[in-house]
Amino acid sequence: MIRAVIVMNTQGKPRLLKFYEFQPPEKQQELTRSVFAVLSGRPDNVSNFVEADAIFGPVIFSSLLFVSFVAEITKKKKQEEFKEGTRLVYKHLATLYFVFVFDSCENELAMLDLIQVLVETLDRCFKNVCELDIVFNFNKIYNNQMKTTVFMYVELGSSYVQMHTILDEIIFGGQVLETSSERVLKAVEEISRLEKSSSSVSFVPKSVSGRFGR
Amino acid sequence: MEQLKTIGRELAMGSQGGGWTGQSKEFLDLVKSIGEARSKAEEDRIILREIESLRRRIAEPDVPRRRMKEYIIRLVYAEMLGHDASFGYIHAVKMTHDDSLSLKRTGYLAVTLFLSDDHDLIILIVNTIQKDLRSDNYLIVCAALTAACKLINEETIPAVLPQVVDLLAHPKEAVRKKAVMALHRFYQRSPASVSHLISNFRKRLCDNDPGVMGATLCPLFDLITADVNSYKDLVISFVSILKQVAERRLPKAYDYHQMAAPFIQIKLLKILALLGSGDKQASGHIYNVLGDIFRKCESSSNIGNAVLYECICCVSSIYPNAKLLDAAAESTSKFLKACLLFSESHNLKYLGIDALGRLIKINPDVAEEHQLAVIDCLEDPDDTLKRKTFELLYKMTKSTNVEVIVDRMIDYMISINDNHYKTEIASRCVELAEQFAPSNQWFIQFSVSNNFTFQTMNKVFEHAGDLVNVRVAHNLMRLIAEGFGEDDEGADSQLRSSAVNSYLRILGEPKLPSLFLQVICWVLGEYGTADGKYSASYIIGKLCDVTEAHLCNDTVKAYAISAIMKICAFEIAAGRKVEMLPECQSLIDELSASHSTDLQQRAYELQALLCLHSQAVESVIPLDASCEDIEVDRNLSFLDSFVQQSIEKGARPYIPEIERSGMFSVSNYTSQHQHETSSHTLRFEAYELPKPSPTPAAPQISVSTRTTDLVPVPETTYYTENNQASKLQPVLDASSADHGIKLHLVGVQKKWGRPTYSASSSTTSSSEKKTNGVTHLDGVSLQSQGTLYDSKGQQSEKQKLAASLFGASAGKTEKKPTSTQRAPKANTATAERPGVARAVSPEISKQKAASSPPPDLLDLGEPISTTTPTIDPFEQLEGLIGPTPGPSTLDNSVTTSEQKAPDLMALYTDTPPSSSSSISSGLGDLHSADKNSPMAKNVPSIKKGPNPQDSLQKDATARHVGVTPTGNNPNLFRDLLG
Repeated sequence: MIRAVIVMNTQGKPRLLKFYEFQPPEKQQELTRSVFAVLSGRPDNVSNFVEADAIFGPVIFSSLLFVSFVAEITKKKKQEEFKEGTRLVYKHLATLYFVFVFDSCENELAMLDLIQVLVETLDRCFKNVCELDIVFNFNKIYNNQMKTTVFMYVELGSSYVQMHTILDEIIFGGQVLETSSERVLKAVEEISRLEKSSSSVSFVPKSVSGRFGR
Repeated sequence: MEQLKTIGRELAMGSQGGGWTGQSKEFLDLVKSIGEARSKAEEDRIILREIESLRRRIAEPDVPRRRMKEYIIRLVYAEMLGHDASFGYIHAVKMTHDDSLSLKRTGYLAVTLFLSDDHDLIILIVNTIQKDLRSDNYLIVCAALTAACKLINEETIPAVLPQVVDLLAHPKEAVRKKAVMALHRFYQRSPASVSHLISNFRKRLCDNDPGVMGATLCPLFDLITADVNSYKDLVISFVSILKQVAERRLPKAYDYHQMAAPFIQIKLLKILALLGSGDKQASGHIYNVLGDIFRKCESSSNIGNAVLYECICCVSSIYPNAKLLDAAAESTSKFLKACLLFSESHNLKYLGIDALGRLIKINPDVAEEHQLAVIDCLEDPDDTLKRKTFELLYKMTKSTNVEVIVDRMIDYMISINDNHYKTEIASRCVELAEQFAPSNQWFIQFSVSNNFTFQTMNKVFEHAGDLVNVRVAHNLMRLIAEGFGEDDEGADSQLRSSAVNSYLRILGEPKLPSLFLQVICWVLGEYGTADGKYSASYIIGKLCDVTEAHLCNDTVKAYAISAIMKICAFEIAAGRKVEMLPECQSLIDELSASHSTDLQQRAYELQALLCLHSQAVESVIPLDASCEDIEVDRNLSFLDSFVQQSIEKGARPYIPEIERSGMFSVSNYTSQHQHETSSHTLRFEAYELPKPSPTPAAPQISVSTRTTDLVPVPETTYYTENNQASKLQPVLDASSADHGIKLHLVGVQKKWGRPTYSASSSTTSSSEKKTNGVTHLDGVSLQSQGTLYDSKGQQSEKQKLAASLFGASAGKTEKKPTSTQRAPKANTATAERPGVARAVSPEISKQKAASSPPPDLLDLGEPISTTTPTIDPFEQLEGLIGPTPGPSTLDNSVTTSEQKAPDLMALYTDTPPSSSSSISSGLGDLHSADKNSPMAKNVPSIKKGPNPQDSLQKDATARHVGVTPTGNNPNLFRDLLG
């Protein structure tokens, strides 16, 4: 199971955090900081894997739970297996770290490729993934600005949401859902198409009138 | 970056024209300033300002909805940066009620990021999720499913469960996929609440969309991890799916980097590894497809290597096959040799080391050719790789190389700062030192290994003292006190005096961990004056220094004062005068006024001791008696004469608590609780009442006498399984389970169902034996205990064997290198003796597993006993003795499990002959009744199933499912088994 997806810049500032088992905000910050501390200490040209038991501790919410009703001994064995073995895979791209944290039920190399899928999808969706793109799609907005200023700012907030949308299409509840960036892209486009059509019908007039009312 | 800033500025300027978009400009500015913030403090200031303004605005009445959406996103952003945005949660919840897709999705996104599954606001969302799951718009359904996954907790699962199950048949495959995943998540949260729906996962495996099928593998993987045996029938299905995937029968869309659906392949391989583990029959089906994948797999791409690696894991987990092992070893060496060919060579090396660690368990020779590669990895700057390599070394430690490996580990331990890993590696060092040192029974090796262990422990203590377990310290003390063998007192005393010497030296160091100080104090107290080298006053002076110099805690002080007491006692006993050093006197004074009552007591004890006569002192604290058992006279027999005198003088005799009337004695209750094994009084009678309930549980069984026989035994069966547990619990379990069946409570039944069945059926077998006479509860329990002891005896015998094997191999290692610098050579030397290695390593793994002796008994015992009642016992048992596959798959050293199996079988084979004549009629009834039961459809599957044990196990589980009529089962089995 995938436990968390963290995107942060090379200064350790989080750009996207998604934890698949609930963590309070303070804990999220702490985890992000410790992950950054580990990653920043690693030289280039080493492996992309890090054992992260020390940071994330035992798996709270994983296969451990089912084992509860199996025979005692199997349980012990399983606990040994699951208790340890939280790992993270990271990829360093430009000014960003993409980090996936997962337990021993996943394959490290496959996770590395999943990061690749995420990055590819983001790249295709936003044309260029650089740090600020994670929060805002500057380039795209810049182009749009020429056309409609109104939609531009709707877009602004959306792109952050859209990152989450993309991630939700790839990972669902901690499990890998989709691994083809093409199909992810299609799904995301479908969503934004339908969102636009529904919002243009029901929303723009209201909000515009709301603003004019001031 | 510079360019981006310009763009941002332009944007900001551009938006000044349209004043009415001001809100978003603020957001833009916010993000920009956060991005440019120079320090954490600056960032915090900005965000706090932002939160303040949001708090104000979000509370304004009548905020336009789209603006609210933006506020919410800004809150999400603020919370991501670590600031509290809880005031906005309720608005996010409100947003999920919105009709518009875009707002609803934003709302759901925000609540999934904001709320935990036990947050108070969840209750407000459940209703919305329920409604949205029924929506016509599949995107709304998807959003609701995502939210359900994150937010629905155990209590609210029933509220959305029916809708989610309905969605399993949704026309859109994206929805089906997510519904499967959501169901999986529910299962993770609360297995009981969805256990009756597990068949749905099997059904979805046959979905015609490969994506949905792939999604189903995730829950199935978890289910199989929890209970392998119920899913053995799926092996063939999984193999055929894997085959189809590998042969590229899936649509092109599922290809990834020229690999056919690699993620599905990986998941399938993981599942097959579980199913085939230790099961020869199941593994037989898997061999072919694994061979195919090995042959076809591209090792030039990242994902191709991922599949290859998974193949290696699978090969090392299933029943060994020489050909596949060769292929796996070959791929492993490819990984390890991937030096400059790939940019990500480190990743491959990491996997190679990991794979080597897996293969080495099966065939220790594999490491031979990779010695240099392994050493390279040890020297690598990559920390992850280094740790993985240490893990490998730990796995391949033998008595021949333990010194080198532990030396390396300690060096590494000293060099790192990570406390977590330091602890781990320290405990590993100690474990290895403990594990290997005592096995060297050879005389010559003796003192060497003693000293080695001792030094290892000292080093571990010095550098990771605060991190190691207290148990380790106690072990070290015991080691010094007992030595390693009784034969050689000389070596022991040598060890002790060397311990005293080195500890006196170490005490000079400025900072020592408290645990280590405790050990030092103990050793000095016990053996400080033993060899007469140091005077008592010198040692006492040192001990006083300890308490002063290391402003230490009470525990160390207690150890120190006890040590002083011992030394004084030894001196007095030897007839020498003890002169009190001034610092010692002041210490005693200080401690007798201490806040800690423990320290006070010790100080007063010491003072009292000093006034005693030498003979009295000797009997209070005898010399070197730390290992002697103290015999406690429970009956206080030495007081008998005193009691007698008092009674004669007219005192009333003592009445034991039990005999006092009208008093409920708690202590009596508890003590009985402990001794219940042999005596059954109060407790049992109370719980015997509900026991007749097995009768309704198996209504098809017509012979009623047989069922009454079943009644009393379950607890004994449990007892054999769970040696230590109190017997009270199982009785409860059994009865509650029976109730479960009667009431058709789905969750309860599933949870306890399997043990009940196996227990009651094994009951049949054991009680059958007694049918000639009366069913004696005690008899049965005694017998099963006998079984237990037998296996324990075996266990200890094996350990002895292991010990002697270690000794033999150790004999050959006299010329082994002791210095760290020669590490590579040492390793090669190890590998050059494959014979020794092969002989030893199964025993090593054995020893490692030795800490849990009951498992084998349980694992083998359970399926056998399940067998007996259903089918003719003779054939069945004969069949079982042959293959001995057993689900004891956990043990990777196959040889051991095979060795053990026949013995246990033998125990059971005694059973049928004596009982056969009397049972057969009853069994016949059982059998035919079974056929009439709704699950009779299972019979073909039994015949088909490769392994009688497994299919029976499956049958047992299937019967549970059958009791709760889900209605889908017949179809399901037809689907899966053709």
